[in-house]
Amino acid sequence: MNWYGLKSIYLHEMDRMRRTLFQSLISPFITTSLYFVVFGSAIGSRITEIEGISYGSFIVPGMIMLTILTQSISNASFGIFFPKFTNTVYELLAAPLSSFEIILGFVGAAATKSLIIGTVIIGTAGLFVDLHIEHPFIMIFFLILTSVTFALFGFLIGIWADNFEKLQLIPILVITPLVFLGGSFYSINMLPEFWQKISLLNPVLYLVSGFRWSFYEISDVNIITSLITIFVFLFTCVLIIIYTFAKGYKIKN
Amino acid sequence: MPDILKIKNLSKVYKNNFKALDNLSLNIQEGEIFALLGPNGAGKSTLINTVCGILNFDTGNILVNEFDIKKQYRKARSLIGIVPQELNLEAFETVWDNVNYSRGLYGKSSNYIHIEELLKELSLWDKKDSKLRELSGGMKRRVLIAKALSHEPRILFLDEPTASIDVELRKDMWEVVKRLKKKGVTIILTTHYIFEAEEIADRVGIINNGKIILVDYKDSLISKLGQKILRIELNNKIEKIPYQLEHFNLELNKDMNILTYIYNTKGQNTGITSLLTEIKNLGMQLKDISTEQSSLESIFLNLLKESENELVRS
Repeated sequence: MNWYGLKSIYLHEMDRMRRTLFQSLISPFITTSLYFVVFGSAIGSRITEIEGISYGSFIVPGMIMLTILTQSISNASFGIFFPKFTNTVYELLAAPLSSFEIILGFVGAAATKSLIIGTVIIGTAGLFVDLHIEHPFIMIFFLILTSVTFALFGFLIGIWADNFEKLQLIPILVITPLVFLGGSFYSINMLPEFWQKISLLNPVLYLVSGFRWSFYEISDVNIITSLITIFVFLFTCVLIIIYTFAKGYKIKN
Repeated sequence: MPDILKIKNLSKVYKNNFKALDNLSLNIQEGEIFALLGPNGAGKSTLINTVCGILNFDTGNILVNEFDIKKQYRKARSLIGIVPQELNLEAFETVWDNVNYSRGLYGKSSNYIHIEELLKELSLWDKKDSKLRELSGGMKRRVLIAKALSHEPRILFLDEPTASIDVELRKDMWEVVKRLKKKGVTIILTTHYIFEAEEIADRVGIINNGKIILVDYKDSLISKLGQKILRIELNNKIEKIPYQLEHFNLELNKDMNILTYIYNTKGQNTGITSLLTEIKNLGMQLKDISTEQSSLESIFLNLLKESENELVRS
């Protein structure tokens, strides 16, 4: 194992966050605050409680998931896309690093950034609502698992993308709608039966539901089903990345 | 000197079916400066990138100091440093951070003294805290060299290192290369400037259409394949080459006063004595005589022409 190499990639990527500290930390703080103002206060004042939880508190897990998902994807995809774009990727490929170490460095840094941002959001949420976490360890486990899984997914997007348009395509056209329609700001029980069934096809629903369960023990789907869904997605991403690196797809050819 | 790099039967076909390397074999001796010459698209960069692990290859094998670059890639790659053709650098990092990052990638702990020495040697020390985007093209080239040398490699690949840099920096660059050679680093470089290869290389390899056409010591190549030109300037113009001189295959210039004779210096009989005797017998008065050695460039161009003709024939 090339520990120094792994550390170099990780710190190099984390350094990018330091250089863009305002964008990295202040931006999610402001966005979260705006969500609370719009959804928590303006709309939330008309929705009293959902399954015994105030609306403001109810949306906290969904908001965290929304940010974790988008940040993990964008950090990891940009992390590997940028060296490709600037042609500095040669250095990674020529170094005595295994594919595993390269992926671990980029994905680890992207997941860490997401976790830091997730913590900022939890802290910000605490300023607006009374936060109560029933299962803190499961919550942290969900947070880490989701960050790593979607950082892997983002890494794949970064390898696939050969321009900035493609880099934004999947996050904007696929992920954002899935997150908004995945019960981040509502319970699917509030939807007509037909749309409830359609919602069950949305994988993000399982993430948000499982994560919300760790906060309030309320969920749209079973916690075990949520965990299985994330693990299936995680292993799918791992298998595709292994195949991609073995073939050198869009990197070594 | 033992071979530090052994390339055997290497082939690489790109997705668009372009055969960049065609069953290529090449050995590089430890401590030498090897110049790889070839026209654009000959396969020079593909060869370098394949050896460095940047590109996959289809068939063949590559040993770096007896380490297989696929099976023992960690040991093999840790011996290699590469300076790419383009000035590819991250814009927002400092010189110091970026060079240290490269060292880390190669599995080495940070070494302040080594990096300091390196930056001083490359005249980059006063720029160590500058952002890479603030540097000139020449400085960026130096940073790329510093990055390639940061992990103390035994083999250094320089892919057209003097492209788009000024004369002064080019001279500095070759001074650095000479110093590295003294330290025992093996240097493999590609260049379009044949005079550079002539000046700096120990051995020269010529590549065309993904094949190595020839590898030889530079001096040996020039003396073996080199021809000399004898120019005989006459006192008086002549109307045509006398029939007594026809078998020498002379050329007469437009002003009808200079005879040109091409001969092989390594031939048993250069024919110079017979030619001059015949000229004397014909009563022709000589004004001046001069000779000129053919350059590596003319050898290179001749070999390429032969290679192209062979390709057409096959």
